[in-house]
Amino acid sequence: MSIDMAQFHQVFFEESFEGLDVMESGLLSMDPGEVDDEAINAIFRAAHSIKGGSGTFGFNDVAGFTHVMETLLDEMRDGRRPVTHEAVEVLLRSVDVLREMLTATRDSDAMNEARIQAQQAELEALLAAAAGDVVESAQLDTAVEPETVKINGWHIVFRPHLHMMRTGNDPLRIIRELAGLGELQVEGDVSLLPRFSEFDPEECHLSWDLHLKSAVERSAIEDIFDWVEDDCDLAIMPIHDAVTTEVPPPPVAAPVALAEPAKERRQLQRRVPEDRRTQDRRAGGSTASSSIRVDIAKIDGLINRVGELVITQSMLSMLGEEFHLGQLDRLRDGLAQLDRHTRELQESVMQIRMLPISFTFSRFPRLVHDLSAKLGKKIELKMTGESTEVDKTVIEKIGDPLVHLVRNSLDHGIEMPEQRAAAGKPETGTVQLNAYHKGGNIVIEIKDDGQGLDRERILNKAMERGLVSEGDSLSDRQIHDLIFQPGFSTADQVSDVSGRGVGMDVVRRNINELGGSVEIESEAGQGSAIIIRLPLTLAILDGQTISVGRETYIIPLVSIIESIQVRQEMIRLVAGRGETFRLRDDYLPIIRLHEVFGIENPQASDLADGLLVVVEGEGKRFGILVDDLVGQQQVVIKSLEANYKKVDGVSGATILGDGSVALILDIPGIIRLAAQGAGLGDYRKTA
Amino acid sequence: MASILAVDDSASMRQMVSFTLKGAGYEVIEAADGVEALNIARSKGVNLVITDVNMPNMDGISLIKQLRMLPSYKFTPLLMLTTEASSEKKQQGRAAGATGWIVKPFNPDQLLNTVKKVLG
Amino acid sequence: MTHHEDEGEEYLTFRLGDESYGVDILKVQEIRGWEPVTRIPNAPVFVQGVLNLRGAIVPVFDLRQRLGMPSRGYDKETVVIVVRINESEAEKNIGVVVDAVSDVMRATIDDISKTPDFGARLSTDFMVGVATADDKMIMLLDVNRLQPPEAAGEAAEASVA
Repeated sequence: MSIDMAQFHQVFFEESFEGLDVMESGLLSMDPGEVDDEAINAIFRAAHSIKGGSGTFGFNDVAGFTHVMETLLDEMRDGRRPVTHEAVEVLLRSVDVLREMLTATRDSDAMNEARIQAQQAELEALLAAAAGDVVESAQLDTAVEPETVKINGWHIVFRPHLHMMRTGNDPLRIIRELAGLGELQVEGDVSLLPRFSEFDPEECHLSWDLHLKSAVERSAIEDIFDWVEDDCDLAIMPIHDAVTTEVPPPPVAAPVALAEPAKERRQLQRRVPEDRRTQDRRAGGSTASSSIRVDIAKIDGLINRVGELVITQSMLSMLGEEFHLGQLDRLRDGLAQLDRHTRELQESVMQIRMLPISFTFSRFPRLVHDLSAKLGKKIELKMTGESTEVDKTVIEKIGDPLVHLVRNSLDHGIEMPEQRAAAGKPETGTVQLNAYHKGGNIVIEIKDDGQGLDRERILNKAMERGLVSEGDSLSDRQIHDLIFQPGFSTADQVSDVSGRGVGMDVVRRNINELGGSVEIESEAGQGSAIIIRLPLTLAILDGQTISVGRETYIIPLVSIIESIQVRQEMIRLVAGRGETFRLRDDYLPIIRLHEVFGIENPQASDLADGLLVVVEGEGKRFGILVDDLVGQQQVVIKSLEANYKKVDGVSGATILGDGSVALILDIPGIIRLAAQGAGLGDYRKTA
Repeated sequence: MASILAVDDSASMRQMVSFTLKGAGYEVIEAADGVEALNIARSKGVNLVITDVNMPNMDGISLIKQLRMLPSYKFTPLLMLTTEASSEKKQQGRAAGATGWIVKPFNPDQLLNTVKKVLG
Repeated sequence: MTHHEDEGEEYLTFRLGDESYGVDILKVQEIRGWEPVTRIPNAPVFVQGVLNLRGAIVPVFDLRQRLGMPSRGYDKETVVIVVRINESEAEKNIGVVVDAVSDVMRATIDDISKTPDFGARLSTDFMVGVATADDKMIMLLDVNRLQPPEAAGEAAEASVA
């Protein structure tokens, strides 16, 4: 019978990757001075599981490699090997290689043989160098005695010890198995049975004299007795041709050990290095999987909500069958209930896609550990709020930007230990990763107590690049924002750690694409904090509906600062920036949406006739001229690219209550369009 | 048909064992560690227990020891899933009262043969 | 929908003015009457806008303008044909506005002569061939070519280091 094992593979891979995470975090928190037994056992068990599973499913490369790791870990948890810093590092590297192997196996990709062999050699070297027992796992088959005389049978004397049955082994079962090897003659011996009154039925006082007419190998017989060899007296004697050997009388007390103990039969499974292309494929970080694990409680909650919805729906449908105006109130109540239940259902469903941000944070202990070692700095990572829940897509897409930001902190933020000491700071720098919910958003902070941003250097660099002119006065906030300009890096050398300053603008763009925002706060000498705000969900948006001409658009509330009625005296023409209006201490540029979008017949072409919606995008603030504010509502974001393509200035679409489509504005996109001359800087007098 | 308790902290192993044995007509109950297994064994009688050794909360050897102390499990076949390198574990298992062992990695046919042998 | 080698394939035919066109019926998703669409800013002139197709946002193109012909007002005979197109392995739905729908006809390979060169009058880039039925010439269009030419969108960003 062949059973298709492939159906279990996915679970095995999921489990194994989780196991690798357990191993990695366990190894990272391992303190060579004080080894926690449970911790090292957990690491061992994870390796053991991966080895067992991969062997069962035929992934022999993985099994072989993991076996070596497991052996090392086994020695450590038994106390036969000290837990040294070196061993931990070797194991950490092995976890990396194992992760690559599992990924390659799962994706049916080629493995990097050279790397695997190198790492395995490292493991084996460590094993060999240990004081203590040599691993006896690679035992060869014991040579079978050459039988020069032809054997045509075996004479077996089998006497179970008194308590053999207590291991659940039934002598009859064993004899039955023997009978399966050939023609078997059985003679029972009851001579040792005690008197009935002293007889304990749970003890075995019987023995058997067995003649097996079969030319099987001795090992076949020994295998049958494998489980009970310590619990019985066993003699296996070959029967040659016509000669029957003398049976030595079975001694009462001492066990006769004529049968050789069944030795370990299996060799260590050797990985046969196959002739594969050695492609250097680095297994990426957390790959986006198309499945998600959900807490059962969430599913149950969902089922309850649907149940309530169904009840409300059938109540309304009954109402509708024989409706008369007197029932108007009931109808209204029913609709209110429907509204509430639908909203609750919606929230429940979105909860399903929420995962704790620990999935993203989990890579950072390792990253900080490795990077600080590489940079020669002492850095401690503190994380809070790992259980904060975020939409799955956000988790997948926020990873890379976060990595870049943390690397920056480590590289440019935290100073070398000597520098810190000289500045009166503790030698070990601290990087904090915090996540929490606030005001309908999720906030992620990356804080460090490093040297902070250097105002002067940034200003100078900005002037060099013509972003800022000599006489401009910029607030701290504006200066810090300059960091996000493309190509901006004040690092003297481009360290290969955080790359060539192409990072920050891409980071901000990635975060914006998720519907979020990022800011920097910093104090020279004290440290910096990067604050990222992200929407809790990507599918739903809180929007302000506006109208321009006959068109209706939605502006994401998160981009709106406020809306104001414009009065002529607030307007000023500024050279090089076109129309601006005054908002408290600033003069902000005006964008005429009907010009940017080419909308005909707007109601308000005169500024005083319309409204200005003050928005913020990519660190800049503008006022967008619209005809009217229609209302605020939560809208479901629908994709424009699914059937059409990306449109500048538009981030998506939604379907309004009347079934018509309204476009959702992409504020940074609109700002860009305006900057390209589509509506900025043209001061138009009304006709 | 006979009922079998399969104990292993690895879900993929449990699934495979369960699937293989159910396919042959056995009733299979799964447990993820020794504590769970012990509770199940106490509340429902099974004809055979197959258990991994390394598990959290209660490992296989302790489970076997505990099972042997239950009157109804004195003679029940209890099999351990072990790897080839642990002859020491086999000794411990036997001392605890294990009937025998199945060596990992195994294929479904091996598993079925052993189970058939033991359950008669 | 079956088509045998000897029986040809089926086409949905429709009119633009006096001229008849056809598209592979296997690609036709549905046929709707004209309804107001939501305008897309700064789009090519033949892109009328988008409509709500059972929850999906589908663009609507004026086929006359797409083929370089003058547009015509829409009336109650005006029809929107929603077709399935393939764009780099993704399936998309688009709607095309035509004057009226005619018939489903069957055309074999023989019926389809190579596209005659109309010169500047009509862009033949969109056509797979011409079929004849009842003395009428039916120009068969390849729906996949109706998508607007790829605009220079956002350049693919290098992923964050």
